[in-house]
This record gives sequence, structure tokens and C-alpha cells, in this order.
Amino acid sequence: MKVVVCIKQVPDTKGGVKFKPDGTLDRAAMLTIMNPDDKAGLEAALRLKDQYGAEVTVVTMGLPKAEEVLREAMAMGADKGILVTDRVLGGADTWATSQTIAGALRNLDYDLIITGRQAIDGDTAQVGPQISEHLGIPVISYAQDIKIEGDSVIVQRQYDDRYHILKAKMPCLITALSELNEPRYMTPGGIFDAYQKEVTVWGRNDLKDVLDSNLGLKGSPTQIAKASDKVRKGAGEKVALDPTASVEYIVGKLTEKHVL
Amino acid sequence: MSLAEYKGVYVFAQQVDNQISSIAFELIGKGKDLAKDLGTTVTAVLIGSGVKGLADELGEYGADKVIVVDDPELKEYRTEPYTHALASVIEKYKPDVFLIGATAIGRDLGPRVCARVHTGLTADCTQLDIGDFPLVETAGKEQKHNQLLMTRPAFGGNTIATIACPEFRPQMATVRPGVMQKLPKEAGRKAEVEEFNPGFTPNDKYVEIVEIVKAVSNVADIMDAKILVSGGRGVGSPENFKILEELAEAIGGTVSCSRAVVDAGWKPKDLQVGQTGKTVRPHVYFAIGISGAIQHVAGMEEADIIIAINKDESAPIFDVADYGVVGDLNKIVPVLTQKIKEAKAAATK
Repeated sequence: MKVVVCIKQVPDTKGGVKFKPDGTLDRAAMLTIMNPDDKAGLEAALRLKDQYGAEVTVVTMGLPKAEEVLREAMAMGADKGILVTDRVLGGADTWATSQTIAGALRNLDYDLIITGRQAIDGDTAQVGPQISEHLGIPVISYAQDIKIEGDSVIVQRQYDDRYHILKAKMPCLITALSELNEPRYMTPGGIFDAYQKEVTVWGRNDLKDVLDSNLGLKGSPTQIAKASDKVRKGAGEKVALDPTASVEYIVGKLTEKHVL
Repeated sequence: MSLAEYKGVYVFAQQVDNQISSIAFELIGKGKDLAKDLGTTVTAVLIGSGVKGLADELGEYGADKVIVVDDPELKEYRTEPYTHALASVIEKYKPDVFLIGATAIGRDLGPRVCARVHTGLTADCTQLDIGDFPLVETAGKEQKHNQLLMTRPAFGGNTIATIACPEFRPQMATVRPGVMQKLPKEAGRKAEVEEFNPGFTPNDKYVEIVEIVKAVSNVADIMDAKILVSGGRGVGSPENFKILEELAEAIGGTVSCSRAVVDAGWKPKDLQVGQTGKTVRPHVYFAIGISGAIQHVAGMEEADIIIAINKDESAPIFDVADYGVVGDLNKIVPVLTQKIKEAKAAATK
């Protein structure tokens, strides 16, 4: 069984958010991490490796620096890493990104493709389903449990007020929620091995069956009109009083605002 | 593609168990604003099995026309038949704008449909306008008018971007639930109803539903609450949520929580406020023992009045709170509940 996991290197927006003195986001000062939903997807794949001896390949698209995230995945136990990087692929929106990754995946044999539900930098949740459409295979989004049964995969798919247990014939694409599992740590032996293994680097010419007009900034249907750091409502009042006075303060405000 | 052929504002009228989701009415409400600016009408696309009877309700909330795709294959939401239905509607009717709710259904359906019809999709929009792209005239670049300008937060709510889709149609967006306003219901208002069935032939992409497990939840939807009493990790234990429940009951509110509480298994996911939970805009939001991570703030900062109680005076929640109280929630909340009860009792005398 062959499993391909698509992962992304993202700035750590959780806790690690840094601002410049002028209040704008300081991206260069922010640490990068493996996107949490993708890491859960990788863990799910590694469990299929533990259980069924699946071969796990990780694929990422990004700057050459994104090789780091492949090494991390291999140190966790992934067998192969593929970095898709090329200047002409830059500035891609979700359409062009999914076209790029689909073009890379067409070179590989796979029974299952796993992506994270969404990346914490863009939060779109679009690339996984779009890849599946380009490849003409079924998609199951928001997976909170994955099992294999013969040539099919059985997945718990989360909705707002329920979940569906779905059965799809492989090959199939699944998008994983970070709630799916607790990803394992890298092991010292794994880290050593990860640096012995080769990362395959692919550029534009290695992508299969993709038109130039669907790639990079030029191939992106959506275009940014304006981007700015969010102006937040300023802080209001803050008091530190004893409990009784705190309660009086809150009741006073609720009365003033006609809530009470 | 001749862009001029594409006309009208369309919305996906999501239904679950043959009940229209609130987001459908919100999209119609916003769609009416956009349609007014564009000089066009709003069409709702209703997909399901045995759903034709729901079309009138969409009319009462402002839809001018309803396209019904009714087929037994569409009984429960499944990606492939719904994608086929919606993509076929787009190919036949050629909408200029297409809005979908950014729900657990819409965020699966939207990307699959836009990949099939080859257009752009902007995720989780919190603001939609009609305007020019580029926003200002730029030498050497044609400025297009009457474009859909889609605004959304990114980087965990730290940045905000406005996005256009100038060369492809329809201009598609998923829209965050709870952000747009629905119109008041106008009893007896009728929409023109048209049925359309593109034909459904099951194949391997028609994933089989083995079982449907509905969450046993009799709690009120936190998105409809006027007052939310929200607890975080600082509440300390699932048992201790009792003091929040008592406060909620005294003030006529509903309990909600942060992601940490859901992750710890103290409360179910449908009570979670924040980026990966629900976006709420109640009149009053109590943030109790919630540190205020940016992902949480993104889901509640639109509340009219935010009251925070936290023992850590440097907690980021105080940066968005209108009224911040530094102190021990265990000492403050029970007394607050008591005082509110007294105030309410006095008012009814």
C-alpha cells in the first residue's frame, strides 16, 4: 500500500506571532513549523505504515527552505520526500497550487493521498478537495478517524452536528483534522536517517499534464486587491479589585448598558 | 469564456435533514445588497431529496428565484453528487457571483465545484462588496468595474486581505456563518421556482455512507445566543463549568467555550468559539478563564460587549475586552450570579 502525504511549511501563528514596531506582522521573525493538520495526516499515514507496512511519501511545495519540513517528516518515519520548487510556481492561489501538486502526484503510485484539512496561514481548506478533483478521485474531508478495509477506506467525517462513516474505494484523497491523533515525535535514529535519505527535488518540467496557464501567479484566478494587518478594536478598561468590588464593577457595567 | 454572459447573484441554499440552514438566509440577505449594486436578482440553489417544498421559505427571506435540484441521490450531503448538481447549475445558468456558506459542507463543496468549473474561490469571507479592480487606476492595467471584492482574515486572524476574481466566472466565495445579516421574513413573499435535474449516475466517486451518527445535543446553538458565558482552560475542570452554567441561567445566556476546553474533552465541539469553532456575535460575551489566543478572538471579537475575567493580568483577552477584570473566577463568578439574580428579582417587583 502506498500513501502520499501533502505537507506545508507555515509560519507559526499560534503564540509565535511577532509584530514589527509599526504594528505590522514580522514574518521573517516568526518560526516555521509543519502545518498542524498536515502533521496529523502524516501521523495517520505512519500508523498505516506501522499496521500494514504502507510506504509513506511526503510531498511539499514551497521555497527551497521547505526541505526542512520534509526532513522532519522523514525523521518521524516517512520513507521518501519530494520537494516541488520553482520560481514559476510562486504566487499561486489555491487553484494554481492544487494544479501544481496534482501535476507532481501524477508521477507517483498511490492508494491514498492525505492532506491536512487546512493550513494555519491561509485557513482556506481548499487545496485538498481541489487536488482530488484534478486527479478525478473521491475526496473525504474533515477526517477524524481512518481505517482500511480491503481495497476501501472507512473514514469518520466530521460535520457541525454529526459525523458520517463513509466508505470509499481507493485511490482516494482524505483531508485530516488535527484532532485525528497525537503526532509522534522525531527519534534520534530517525533524525540521523532523515539526513541520510535523499530528498527529490522537482521543478516545473517534472510536473505531469499541467498547462503553464494554470500555474503560479499567472495561473491564479484570484488576485489580491489589498492586504493589510488587521486593525483591532483597542483594549477597553481593565480593573484589578477584590472579588466583591469586581462583581459590583461588572453589575454596574451591565446595568449601564441595559443588559440588566 | 465571455464574462458578459455571466449574470446574477446565486447562493447555495444549504439544507440538512430537509431543514434550511441559517447560513442560506444570511447569504440571501447579503446577496440582495450585491444584486442591488449590480442591478440584478438573487437566485437560491436548493439541492436535496424531497426539498421542493422548502423553496417558499427561501422566497420569504428574499430570494427572487429558486432553482431546485431534487434527486434521491442527494438525500444526504455527499461530495460528488452535490458537486455534479452545483457545477451543472453553474454551467447551465452562468451566474456572475456564487456564494456558499463556509460550513463543514460548503468548505468541501466549494473547492470541488470551483476546480470542476475552473474559477477562483475565496474562502471564509467576512465582508463582500462590489467595486473596482484594481482598487485604484493603475497605468497599463485595465480597471474593471462591478467586481466582487471578497475580504477575509488570514494568518490566524492577524491579517486581512481583499481578493478579486477578475478573469473567471462565477466569482465564488465561501462566507463565514454568523457574519452576514438575514433579512426579516416576509410572509407570503414568493420566489419563482424552477426545477432542474442534470441526471445522476453513481460511480466510484459516489462515496458510500455506512452510518450517520448525530451528536446528541439538546443545547441551544451558540450562534443564536444574545448572551454567551464562555469558559476556557482557566475554569479548571469540567465540573467547575457548573458555576458558568449558573451564571448563564441567571442572566439568560448560553454556555460556550474555547478550543482548549474541547481538546481537553470537557465540552463538545459544537460549543467551541473561534477560528476552528464557531463565529459568534452576541450582545454580551463573557470570557471567563480564557487567555484570548488570536484563534479564539477571531471568533468573538464582533460581540457588542466583551467582559473578561482572568487572573493573569497580561492575558491577551484584555486587549479586546471592553471591561476586563483581573481576579479569581472562582471567587467572582458565584457572587456575580447571586447579584444578577438579586438585580433581576428586584426589577420584577
